[in-house]
Amino acid sequence: MADLNTRLKEAQDVAANPKKMMAQYLKAGKKVVGCMAMYTPEPIVHASGMIPMGLWGGQVEQKVVKTYMPAFACPIMQSCLELGLRGSYEGLSAAVIPTLCDVFRCVTQDWNVAIDIPVIPLTYPQHRQLEESIAFLVSELETVKGKLEKICGHAITDDAINASIDLYNQHAAAMRTFAKVANDHLDVITPEVRHAVFKSALFMERGEHLALMNDIIEGLKALPVYKHTGKKVVLTGITAEPDDFLAALSGNGVAVVADDLGQEMRQYRTEMPAGANPLERIARQWQNRTGDPLAHSPTNERGEMLVEMVKENGADGVIVCLMKFCDPEEYDFPLIHGSLKEAGVPTLSLDIDQQPNKYEQAKNRVQAFVEML
Amino acid sequence: MSEQTAAAEAAKKPKRPIAKSLQMCNDTLAKLYADTNAAKARGEKIGWSTSIFPQEIAESMGLCVVYPENHSAGISARKQSEEFLQHAEGPLEYNNDICAYAKVNLGYMDILEVPGNNMPLPDFVLVANNICNQVTKWFGNIAKVNNVPMFMLDTVFNYDTEVTESRVKFMRAQLDALIKNLSAYTGKKFDEDKFKEVMDISIRNCELWIEANERLAHTPSPLSGFDLFNYMACMVCFRGKKETTAILEQLILEIDEHIKNGTSTYSGEQNYRIYWDGIACWPHLSHNLRTMRKYGMNVVATAYVRAWALDYKSGDLDGMAEAYSTTAGNNMPLETQVQRRSDALIKFKCDGMLYHMNRSCKVMDCMQYEVQRRVEEKTGVPFTSFDGDQSDYRNYSEAQFETRLEAFAEMMKVRKEGMRNG
Repeated sequence: MADLNTRLKEAQDVAANPKKMMAQYLKAGKKVVGCMAMYTPEPIVHASGMIPMGLWGGQVEQKVVKTYMPAFACPIMQSCLELGLRGSYEGLSAAVIPTLCDVFRCVTQDWNVAIDIPVIPLTYPQHRQLEESIAFLVSELETVKGKLEKICGHAITDDAINASIDLYNQHAAAMRTFAKVANDHLDVITPEVRHAVFKSALFMERGEHLALMNDIIEGLKALPVYKHTGKKVVLTGITAEPDDFLAALSGNGVAVVADDLGQEMRQYRTEMPAGANPLERIARQWQNRTGDPLAHSPTNERGEMLVEMVKENGADGVIVCLMKFCDPEEYDFPLIHGSLKEAGVPTLSLDIDQQPNKYEQAKNRVQAFVEML
Repeated sequence: MSEQTAAAEAAKKPKRPIAKSLQMCNDTLAKLYADTNAAKARGEKIGWSTSIFPQEIAESMGLCVVYPENHSAGISARKQSEEFLQHAEGPLEYNNDICAYAKVNLGYMDILEVPGNNMPLPDFVLVANNICNQVTKWFGNIAKVNNVPMFMLDTVFNYDTEVTESRVKFMRAQLDALIKNLSAYTGKKFDEDKFKEVMDISIRNCELWIEANERLAHTPSPLSGFDLFNYMACMVCFRGKKETTAILEQLILEIDEHIKNGTSTYSGEQNYRIYWDGIACWPHLSHNLRTMRKYGMNVVATAYVRAWALDYKSGDLDGMAEAYSTTAGNNMPLETQVQRRSDALIKFKCDGMLYHMNRSCKVMDCMQYEVQRRVEEKTGVPFTSFDGDQSDYRNYSEAQFETRLEAFAEMMKVRKEGMRNG
């Protein structure tokens, strides 16, 4: 087993250089398929033998995208489109884009006309409680599968998808274990390192990342438990990056002990259940998601869920990482803030952007928040 | 022109008598709110609904339903939105970024008092996300805060031009569930015959709405295009009622009278025929109108013509599901959006296309630039756009609107002259 530091360094390197990862896979003769935030049926891509590669934008100045979108579209969608327009995604065989919000609807269309990489759109049902939503989503997934088969040039079998789903479930379990184990080692797993470990999963073949995670978990377990004396928080939002933003936390001695981030734990907290039909297994995962701003629930249990997360992980407060112009998150804020206030949990809301930014203000606000805690 | 000068000018002019059809429409709207308040007072369950929801179901059950989009638009047009916007963004902690119809409504929901029509709190909400995904969140919050059920028709975005069979099946199942669950929750019986009758009325009303709108293809247009904004309650709030049939028939009579006499409610020369793209800029309608009039621009076509083109046969629930999925451009792909606009530009013989870059409506905005380019490429009709908002008066600049329209008039003039000179 490689040593913990080497493996953590590897995760950080991958998280910081997705393009290098894509180049490596392409060089190895693999096809790579872009999987745009937040949810795409990655196991189908994986089962095809192609590499699913997360598209989560990046810190990039928005220039060309201005001919497609106004400035008040959410930064993650803008930067994905900007990077696509600039040619940064050259090498992808396709991009799977879900229509999870209003801007997403438009991105499937803008991408289709503006970028020379085929789009594979899919619509997730929002009326998820109805059993017929499963048949609908399975049909969407069949369409996605058909389009992927044309790209990879062969049929994607049920057995292969089931095997990939099992691998993804195993990996999700490892990520959950990591999140728990990390809390005993907050000296090593700083907010920046924790984020890099989660983010690296988006750019690595799932089996390779599982091996990486197993090493990291084993490495951490072998260390003596560290008692963190600073404050502990739960993060919620779409993403909590870049590192400059996270430095506002670590610089104030704040550790992240749990998260409800789209880019991080939301990816892993709901497994794909057992079953014979692999597409139905993927559909049921969507049906079973809870506390998610992009998956409508009549009870919207996100606030209560965050209160539980705070209790379970001994956190002192919650930081809402509010992706600018993300209306699903913005609508949830008053509700989750209400639940947190009622439970006496201090909450701080900070804006997340994807334009090169200085997070001095965030630093000061976190400092004031810590003093208040 | 400053606001004061404009107001003084307007004060000098004698007011045009209100058309009979508009009076009927206003009375029907006032009655809808009064009936809803009375029903609530009697202890009946009342609902709040999105604008392109299959109202046929609730209407046939005799339920009273009001429409927050219509309510917010009214508040904004009457320049009463300030209090509600401030309340939503202040104590209620809603972000400035969200849809301003929602901000006004969520603010209103906590205050419940405005001069004009008032809505009682809902006992249930009805949501169709064909207009946008944001309504799912907005009405979801209404349901959560009031602890009431949300009945939803998820029209699942069509990224391709055809509605797939799987979509129709899913939506049909939702309609069936909706009928059953709404009836069980409200205690109102669902009657097949009554449902069919309401469908018949609704189909007729949608036809009449299109007919009235299409009369504006006449040259010169018999109406000032903004006049039709005043009748939108017919489609939004009482699409399934017989009163709407009477209102729209009356409106068509009045329009035909203008056509016969060669008159129009638009005062002055109609130099340019305009397609208005997007929702009305309710807080600044009068400024929009005054500025357009300066150049003889009249709106002869809007997306509202097509918004309730609910093409289904009475009794056909599958067809109804499909119709609710396709009628709103926001639920359709770029290709369809371009085609619908291009067809309308030709049909209504438009000289220009004016796009409202509506700060409230990302689903319209984030495809708009490409729509603009493609529609112009397809039709040769010049366009301009302006920044505005359907309900938040702060997101608008009179100076920008005036400058844009000045250049727009010049573009259309050059093109018209070019066409005249071959």
